Amino acid sequence: MADGTAQARVHGTGGLLYDTKRRAWPNEANVLIALILIVAVFEGLGALLMDQSFLFDSRDRFDSVFNEARLRIIILQVAIIGIIALGATQVIITGGIDLSAGSVVGFAAMVAMSFAQTGVVNGNPNPGAVFGPAWLDLPVIVPVLAGLGVGTLAGVINGALIAYTRIPPFIATLGMMVAARGAAQWWTRGQPVSFPTDGYAALGQGMMPVIWFVGLAILFHLILRHTVYGKHTYAIGSNEDAARMSGIKVARHKLLVYAIAGGLAGVSAIVLSAKNLTAQTGMGLMYELDAIAMAVIGGVSLAGGRGSIVGTVIGALIFGVIISGFTFLRLDAYYQEMVKGVIIVAAVVLDQWRQSRTGAK
Amino acid sequence: MAAEPDGGEVMGDAMDDVILETRGLTKHYGGVHALTDADFTLRAGEHVAIMGDNGAGKSTFVRQITGVEVPTRGTIVFDGRERHFENPMDARDAGIETVFQTLALADDLDVPDNLFLGREIVKFNLGPFSILDYKAMQEATIAGLEKTGVKIPNIRGTIRNMSGGQRQCVAIARTATFHSKLTIMDEPTAALGVQETAQVEAIVRTLKEAGEPLILISHNMRQVMDLCDRIVVFRRGRICAKLRKADTDHQDVVAYITGAKTQAEYEVADAV
Ligand SMILES: Nc1ncnc2c1ncn2[C@@H]1O[C@H](COP(=O)(O)OP(=O)(O)O)[C@@H](O)[C@H]1O
Ligand SMILES: [Mg+2]
Repeated sequence: MADGTAQARVHGTGGLLYDTKRRAWPNEANVLIALILIVAVFEGLGALLMDQSFLFDSRDRFDSVFNEARLRIIILQVAIIGIIALGATQVIITGGIDLSAGSVVGFAAMVAMSFAQTGVVNGNPNPGAVFGPAWLDLPVIVPVLAGLGVGTLAGVINGALIAYTRIPPFIATLGMMVAARGAAQWWTRGQPVSFPTDGYAALGQGMMPVIWFVGLAILFHLILRHTVYGKHTYAIGSNEDAARMSGIKVARHKLLVYAIAGGLAGVSAIVLSAKNLTAQTGMGLMYELDAIAMAVIGGVSLAGGRGSIVGTVIGALIFGVIISGFTFLRLDAYYQEMVKGVIIVAAVVLDQWRQSRTGAK
Repeated sequence: MAAEPDGGEVMGDAMDDVILETRGLTKHYGGVHALTDADFTLRAGEHVAIMGDNGAGKSTFVRQITGVEVPTRGTIVFDGRERHFENPMDARDAGIETVFQTLALADDLDVPDNLFLGREIVKFNLGPFSILDYKAMQEATIAGLEKTGVKIPNIRGTIRNMSGGQRQCVAIARTATFHSKLTIMDEPTAALGVQETAQVEAIVRTLKEAGEPLILISHNMRQVMDLCDRIVVFRRGRICAKLRKADTDHQDVVAYITGAKTQAEYEVADAV
């Protein structure tokens, strides 16, 4: 970029300009503004009702200007579901949906954890060992591959059903949602699996979930922006027939997208079980809906073709801020669940509105 | 240089200047006989128009020779070899570039993305995760647009909000950016204004000067008479006339399209 001059050319009978630099106002900017507005609302309510700041250090408890404890809680809260939302983003951009992610988290966590158990707990043999002694104290790569493998396999089955039969994504992944939850219970006959090795536990301690989330977000941002995979993902969601006529192998591509989404559910399962030091059959319940809400709030269109990882990350933050904001205002946990429901529906309504607005142009 | 007059000697020439030939090309959709026994020949450098009423089978014919669909029966010989295109990519690799009636554009992508959809230029080949070379695609896009004289204000914007004419131009520029042995345009000006139509016609003339063969599907009689050497008329899924421009006129063509006339060799027992 030696010559910084605007790269514009006069051309054609009308002499119109090619402006190769100009970019439209990014939708992500709107989402960011929404995030700031929502924070401002909670700041206002905080000043009015609670006599304290929401995100800033109003009582001088921290070294920085921010209330670091709350910020940390917000990003920790969204990180694990955020990893699923990265997969949901890609699936929804192709015009599909994945309702199975939460159940897949449950099953993958059970399987991964059962390969991550330590032999000795407080000087006694592990009371809850799933397999024989030969299967204890395995290197950390074994449970990681097991969790990833289970997630990816579930994704491949989803993708194969959707790509090679005419089963709509909604139905195929609904089936997987029920089946994977069943598999999670079958794995240990409903018993929780606990006592992981230190190596495994380290994958989810402290800020590790956030590091996973941010690292994977950057990776998939680059992939969606700069690879053929990303381009075809948008093309299929935008106009599947056009993609097919342009020679894109649509079925194979969808299989890959669902497999990646499944793999990300597997990662989420590993991080979640390592963080909690246990895996239970009910883990990840309804995570898929939170993940879809994060993506849709972040500007991913349920009609396909539009959205981005950056948007989803901001959407996840909005989600976390709203939940945390209600805790801040000391509203009951019951209200939080109801508010979540409202957020999910509101996100879809917002998407419908955005679609009708672009369609009308 | 004036175009070669339509001499009778072309017919008697060696078969090796035939670029496309279909024999008995047929497509049934369940009970719908959309295309029946189409025998069609196109020679090097020739611009041939396909005309016919809506539903006559023109687009169906195009879909069979471009790999979008697999014919029920019949053979396709293209560029000297019998072809069995499994998908549009096969046809494109063989050298057939098509502007489909539906345009086949992705609304949420920008102009270079659409031009290179399915055949992106990559910097590093990593299978499906190959890294895109945006700069090369952008430069090739500008070159392609200049070659066709297409004007688009902002090639980096998504094409969702472009006018019908601009979208059509993007679709045509896509075929012109790649060297092809045959270009097919299915009703490229049906939705365009006067000026935009003139632009598309100018592109077609450029192809003629470059000696590139073309199949043009159009309802516009003036356009067909201006641009094409021959006219093939489809009616109810069958070819009902093959006419040389020099031997025909508006009324004659209309008579074939409406069914008032049928060339003797294409008469069939018509159960209406
Ligand atoms: N996919 C399809 N399934 C069933 N019938 C079809 C299909 N595509 C086209 N047809 C029918 O085939 C006939 C020819 O259509 P088409 O080739 O699009 O006509 P044209 O392009 O000449 O207007 C029409 O009667 C149309 O309804
Ligand atoms: Mg048609």
